[in-house]
Amino acid sequence: MKKVYESADAALDGLLRDGMLIAAGGFGLCGIPELLIDGILRAGTRDLTVASNNCGVDGFGLGKLLDSRQIKKMISSYVGENAEFMRQYLSGELELEFNPQGTLAERMRAGGSGIPGFYTKTGVGTVIAEGKEHHDFDGETYILERGIVADLSIVKAWKADDTGNLIFRKTARNFNPPAAMCGRVCIAEVEEIVPRGSIDPDLIHLPGIYVHRIIQGEHEKRIEQRTTRKREEA
Amino acid sequence: MAWDRNQMAERAAQELEDGMYVNLGIGIPTLVANYVGDKDITLQSENGMLGMGPFPYEGEEDPDLINAGKQTITELARTSYFDSATSFGMIRGGKIAAAILGAMEVAENGDLANWMIPGKLVKGMGGAMDLVAGVGRVIVVMDHTNKHGESKVLKECTLPLTGKGVVDRIITNLGVLDVVDGGLRIVETADGVTEAELRAATEATIIG
Repeated sequence: MKKVYESADAALDGLLRDGMLIAAGGFGLCGIPELLIDGILRAGTRDLTVASNNCGVDGFGLGKLLDSRQIKKMISSYVGENAEFMRQYLSGELELEFNPQGTLAERMRAGGSGIPGFYTKTGVGTVIAEGKEHHDFDGETYILERGIVADLSIVKAWKADDTGNLIFRKTARNFNPPAAMCGRVCIAEVEEIVPRGSIDPDLIHLPGIYVHRIIQGEHEKRIEQRTTRKREEA
Repeated sequence: MAWDRNQMAERAAQELEDGMYVNLGIGIPTLVANYVGDKDITLQSENGMLGMGPFPYEGEEDPDLINAGKQTITELARTSYFDSATSFGMIRGGKIAAAILGAMEVAENGDLANWMIPGKLVKGMGGAMDLVAGVGRVIVVMDHTNKHGESKVLKECTLPLTGKGVVDRIITNLGVLDVVDGGLRIVETADGVTEAELRAATEATIIG
């Protein structure tokens, strides 16, 4: 059982095909699988459907796969800050399915947990509920949402051991665990691969059972909105 | 005459009680954090954090530590991190006591519209639909009228909804209104605003 691969290209080899569904972790540009996105860009796989909370920014993150016209459809909750996205969407080149953020996260968690659908109050009485099964429980109305099972998941973690046990860092965890769970195959890119046994088993965020391939590499970790406060005078 | 942005935020902060877990939206709601005083309030950021701290000092920004508006922030001694499914589990599960959000329109039945204007660029609802459907109490903070002077407190929303019958209280530059059976009830008027002025600026039915 060898999970560690030399590069993004090596880890992606044999897994990509046109028209596939990919689930990607990350929130904005925080905790996105930069290296695997670059690998998919180099592979040139086309007609992708990508389930990801956002779609990067112009020229970075998933925005690169928009520039290269590799994405056919996005399943996202928020797609601002991306002019090329809007251009392709408004011209009809790109399909878009809006999911409320919590619904998208739960669709991934459920899909990875053997739950094909779940009921939620989110979106009842809005356009999101149109065409979906409604059901009342204890006097409240809920809608049925489907679990997502992706052909491939690409996620970013802070550290992994060689069995794929993952630790995330701060808010870079976000969609990465549910995205990892919902993939038939999951590749994790990390900042550091540490020896087996060096992570306290009680502190593992995502067990290696969800992770099939691992790569290590340098991350740019671009900041989308740099906000600071002034230091008070001592 | 009327409240400014900071006074609206200060008034909204009075809604918060010691020990509450709260989610603040973007814009005026973010300013509410400046007015919680000595109250023990834990701020949730729906990208996966409880115990959100202030912006970092210059040079101490961490790309792995941002809020739901993608701004760099800091952690506190009480902070915990979790994934997005867990985050919206606590939102949908009613564990978050209150959300304070901005709005484009609110209706007298508590309908809220704050995510899309047909014909304009649609960026998405993000976590707003989950928040208004799930949290204990939804408090809207917004200007009472739009830039054409028309009421944003309506009999019925004209824009696509974020949530149906979800708003509990509306705080505007002109005063505070509660959503009750049959319409809205005036809780108080802003400094220098008369009840007659508040009623005149409101399209929605005001009870009593």
